Amino acid sequence: MTQSSTPLLQVTGLKKYFPVRSGLFSRVSSWVKAVDDITFHVNHGETLGLVGESGCGKTTVGRSILRLMEPTAGEVRFEGEDVLALKPRELRQARRRMQIIFQDPYSSLNPRMTIGAIVSEPLKIHKIAKGQDLQDRVNQLFVKVGLRPEHQSRYPHEFSGGQRQRVGIARALALNPKFIVCDEAVSALDVSIQAQILNLLRDLQEEFHLSYLFITHDLNVVQYLADRIAVMYLGQLAEVAPVEDLFTSPKHPYTQALLSANPVPDPTVVSQRTILSGDVPSPLHPPSGCRFHPRCPEVMDVCKTADPPLITIGLPERGHQVWCHLHS
Amino acid sequence: MSVDSEAMAPPETPWQEFLRIFKKDYQALFGFWVLILLLVTAVAGKAFTEWWVLFDPEVVRLTDKFLPPFSVPSLDSLSVDRPFGGVYLMGTDELGRDVFARMFQGSFVSLSIGFVAVGISLGIGILLGGVAGFYGHVKLGFITIETLIMRFTDAMMCFPTFFLILTAVALLPPSIYTIMIIIGLFSWMGTARFVRAEFLSIREQDYVIAAKALGIPEVRIIFRHMVPNALAPVFVSATIGVASAILTESGLSFLGFGVPPPDATWGNILSDGKGFIFDAPWLFFIPGMAIFVVVLAFNLVGEGLREALNPKLRSR
Ligand code: SF4
Repeated sequence: MTQSSTPLLQVTGLKKYFPVRSGLFSRVSSWVKAVDDITFHVNHGETLGLVGESGCGKTTVGRSILRLMEPTAGEVRFEGEDVLALKPRELRQARRRMQIIFQDPYSSLNPRMTIGAIVSEPLKIHKIAKGQDLQDRVNQLFVKVGLRPEHQSRYPHEFSGGQRQRVGIARALALNPKFIVCDEAVSALDVSIQAQILNLLRDLQEEFHLSYLFITHDLNVVQYLADRIAVMYLGQLAEVAPVEDLFTSPKHPYTQALLSANPVPDPTVVSQRTILSGDVPSPLHPPSGCRFHPRCPEVMDVCKTADPPLITIGLPERGHQVWCHLHS
Repeated sequence: MSVDSEAMAPPETPWQEFLRIFKKDYQALFGFWVLILLLVTAVAGKAFTEWWVLFDPEVVRLTDKFLPPFSVPSLDSLSVDRPFGGVYLMGTDELGRDVFARMFQGSFVSLSIGFVAVGISLGIGILLGGVAGFYGHVKLGFITIETLIMRFTDAMMCFPTFFLILTAVALLPPSIYTIMIIIGLFSWMGTARFVRAEFLSIREQDYVIAAKALGIPEVRIIFRHMVPNALAPVFVSATIGVASAILTESGLSFLGFGVPPPDATWGNILSDGKGFIFDAPWLFFIPGMAIFVVVLAFNLVGEGLREALNPKLRSR
């Protein structure tokens, strides 16, 4: 296989179950299947958007890949290396290549460290630079993310949300990673700031040839940044497709519903709204068959009992996949 | 790339911010100055009653029994035994000892009992609470470390501390060190509980997860990222802890289980005075007021610290 045909990140059959304990002796009475058998890949230099409502397990996916949580089952291969089999020392080294940016810029920075210390810490710990070299690198990082190097001795609480998010990005970039999980990285920011941060992320992607797993609930945001989009519902994938295909011809009823709920900036487009009825079911007792069936407008009898099959739409190279009985 | 040119306020470290808030809190500031005064008094008390004996708390002058405050020694007392400055500032007790000298000496004893006892209880509390909060999920046989530590803490909390201390003191040889250690050993439970709670919540904070994602070693995560953020409430409880340790010691001394004579503490001056409450009320009121003011001051400072250190309360 050539370099280009091996994806940077290959996730296969990823599962994360959380035990629910009850009773006097805290026995495990049942499991919350937060992520239930998910398979996807991220190519070199690509952005994969992972979209879903809150509570669908998308954050768990991101953290399991980085082993910030131990997945229950599955395989994560990063540059061909089995991430889940790494020993603690190897894992520390591997973490230089994969980083994370968080949603809440207020809780993601240690309030008792200056932002300069926050950004330089990983460089010091991994013995990448010291002395003047360290200082130069930190200054560079600050400039790269659009912060003033002379603000390094300030504390996080002195900055606005957008500026703090830039500090978080500088910290993630410090180790020169290849892959960054952006966990709702702009969701907590004002719309105008969102655009700035998204632009920054895109510029950095070009400059450093980064790959992103961009986790969000907001289709508008991923449309701007992503090459492909994976739609998740209740711990499973519903549809994976290139952005254009997903927006022009969504195949899964859930994707269609999400898109119709998405505000369209163009007033001449008459949107046909598919209103989803009911609430998201609890992942503790997921519906049988297709997990979406209690809310699906196209529901058939078979959906209630049989797991939906994986259907490839169009040419396989296009990579448009959908899990739904409708298309079989 | 655009450089964010937003104008910024002059830099303010968390410490400066804390000072700014604390200085606005007049009660806490009052308490703080009382404590400074007390600290100076205590050190001076140690110096002038033991190293350079200007005030001798142990001289017995039977001719000068029960003199009220501000009285001068009677003429037939020996000149060497005369109090410094020629007056009994706080009167004398039933043996004619200078109450001021005794209070002066006692301030050091009481305060050092407070600090040492709190030091011991903080040490135990932070260690146990921290371990329970960070390594809590680790299994030891059939139970987790957390269960083990916290149920032990609960068990300790079930006993009324004062009676536990009374029992221990009754069994051990009485000395000022025994008292310090015992008060410390029986008052760490509150600290352990909230250090654990604090650790549990900080462990889930994004900045700790980020540190983990950056491959920063666990020891450094604990000491650089978690401990400094968990310490603020510990300070608060330590301040209030000193007050309650002083109170406990006074209580023990009052009941006759405290620091044995001839060491004077406020508690045993009070205890000595209780038999003469109508004849010589100053023997009772002076140490009583001193304990009251000091405990109040510690509590005011503790409250002030809580306000200035806790961002959740601060937003009110
Ligand atoms: S499998 Fe059935 S219930 Fe599920 S999305 Fe497709 S049509 Fe709807």
